[in-house]
Amino acid sequence: MFNKFDVLETIEMIEKEHLDIRTVTMGISLLPCIRATAKETAKTVYDTVMKKAERLVATAEGLSREFGIPIVNKRVSVTPVSLITAAFPEKSGLVGKALDDAAKELGIDFLGGYSALVQKGTADYEEKFLRTIPEVLSATNRLCSSVNVGSSRSGINMDAVRLMGEIVKETAARTASSDGLGCAKLVVFCNAVEDNPFMAGAFHGTGEADTVINVGVSGPGVVQHALKFVPDADLTDAAELIKRTAFKITRAGQLVAKEAAKRLGARFGIVDLSLAPTPARGDSVAHILEELGLSVVGCHGTTAALAMLNDAVKKGGVMASSRVGGLSGAFIPVSEDIGMIESATAGNITLDKLEAMTCVCSVGLDMIAIPGDTPATTISAIIADEAAIGMINNKTTAVRIIPAPNKKVGDEVSFGGLLGRAPVMPVHSGDSSKFIGRGGLIPAPIHSFKN
Amino acid sequence: MRAVVTVTGSDKRGIIAKVSGFLFERNVNIEDISQTVLGEQFAMIMMVDTSESSLDFATLALDLESMGKEIGMNIRLQHEAIFSAMHNV
Repeated sequence: MFNKFDVLETIEMIEKEHLDIRTVTMGISLLPCIRATAKETAKTVYDTVMKKAERLVATAEGLSREFGIPIVNKRVSVTPVSLITAAFPEKSGLVGKALDDAAKELGIDFLGGYSALVQKGTADYEEKFLRTIPEVLSATNRLCSSVNVGSSRSGINMDAVRLMGEIVKETAARTASSDGLGCAKLVVFCNAVEDNPFMAGAFHGTGEADTVINVGVSGPGVVQHALKFVPDADLTDAAELIKRTAFKITRAGQLVAKEAAKRLGARFGIVDLSLAPTPARGDSVAHILEELGLSVVGCHGTTAALAMLNDAVKKGGVMASSRVGGLSGAFIPVSEDIGMIESATAGNITLDKLEAMTCVCSVGLDMIAIPGDTPATTISAIIADEAAIGMINNKTTAVRIIPAPNKKVGDEVSFGGLLGRAPVMPVHSGDSSKFIGRGGLIPAPIHSFKN
Repeated sequence: MRAVVTVTGSDKRGIIAKVSGFLFERNVNIEDISQTVLGEQFAMIMMVDTSESSLDFATLALDLESMGKEIGMNIRLQHEAIFSAMHNV
């Protein structure tokens, strides 16, 4: 018999504090799908994804019923498509369309992997692939794209950074009628990971097994609720409490991941030790930071509070799971977190503060709307800054930014659902174009030479 | 399958009788039972074995949930593994 308080605590976490499994993501290798033509390849890709993920949604729903814990998203990630279409890069869109069709047929909301890894240099076929991204993202609904432009090991490919600024702008322009929604499905990474279950940046790395189940857990509401009971605890005790809470959350993820993998005949990949917010009240990472004693997220002290939170989540999570990976940490997307939305709307959190916060937490500048007339070179410069933080600090950083067409500071963009809404935030008006125009590679930092 | 039934809501007469009768009719064996009343809030936790039941687990869980609604209680049936995972190291 379990301790009755433990049982009731779990029930309360699920019913009142939004504890859920955020995503069960099946990673599928597309390498065996390469055929002589784009058309044949696209068909094989569609058939492969449909076959491998056929039971994904039903299995996840069954697990959700048995364990009594919601599994919010069922998703698929695939091998970076640029590798599959290297022989016919201009026709990559056919594979993109096949993947989008498969996602629709499977009943999943997002499929990730329309991706390219160009951290050290851009091959000719990769550049052609990258140029297809705006059109493909505007013509599909569920497909997500990511591009890795730098790493601690290789430096930052500034030619790719320059190109990505243009691609982000063009993607926004092609999806102008939906506030630039295409950009919400496009992430630019430094140190991208191969086993990330979260969108829009999920792809299935070439170092992975054939079919893998990766799980992302969530529970900002649970952490906030736990902290409510210790309003006067010092930060050592608060960190300890977060650690213990993260342990419990992650154990639920580990259980679901192992069982899902078993039932789907796939390998158990990793559990991503994440705190992923949603726009729902009571499911906010920003509110955890405020619970720690900040009047509003974005004020001085926010970076320190986030650093503590992020570290405690990892420490609790690592103990709870036999295989951890992905992005693992607290996410701070603006449009997907009610506390962030409110703080940004009131002007209490700025792009500069968010950039500082990305030094100490998972990922980077995420779901941030900026004025539609922001020059492509400024977007490239934002990407370069973020990539530099990742490269020097040996962590993943990313930029998912939306230059909202025809919108200016003070306006709002709304994407609905989990993608939420965001105020258009100001960017610096200084000109970065000469710097970005130089191109080349920012060399890898000295501490990358470890061999 | 060993599972946990939790019944929560405002206290009223006959809850245990109703739930245990319901489980008996469906051939679910009750192995342990514990209840507590905090103020006017009632919470009951039962360890059960569903392996002899004629119904599949999901149907059983749904039926229990709707029976709970009829008597104004929140009833859940969950595989014991979720509690074991979260609370035992």
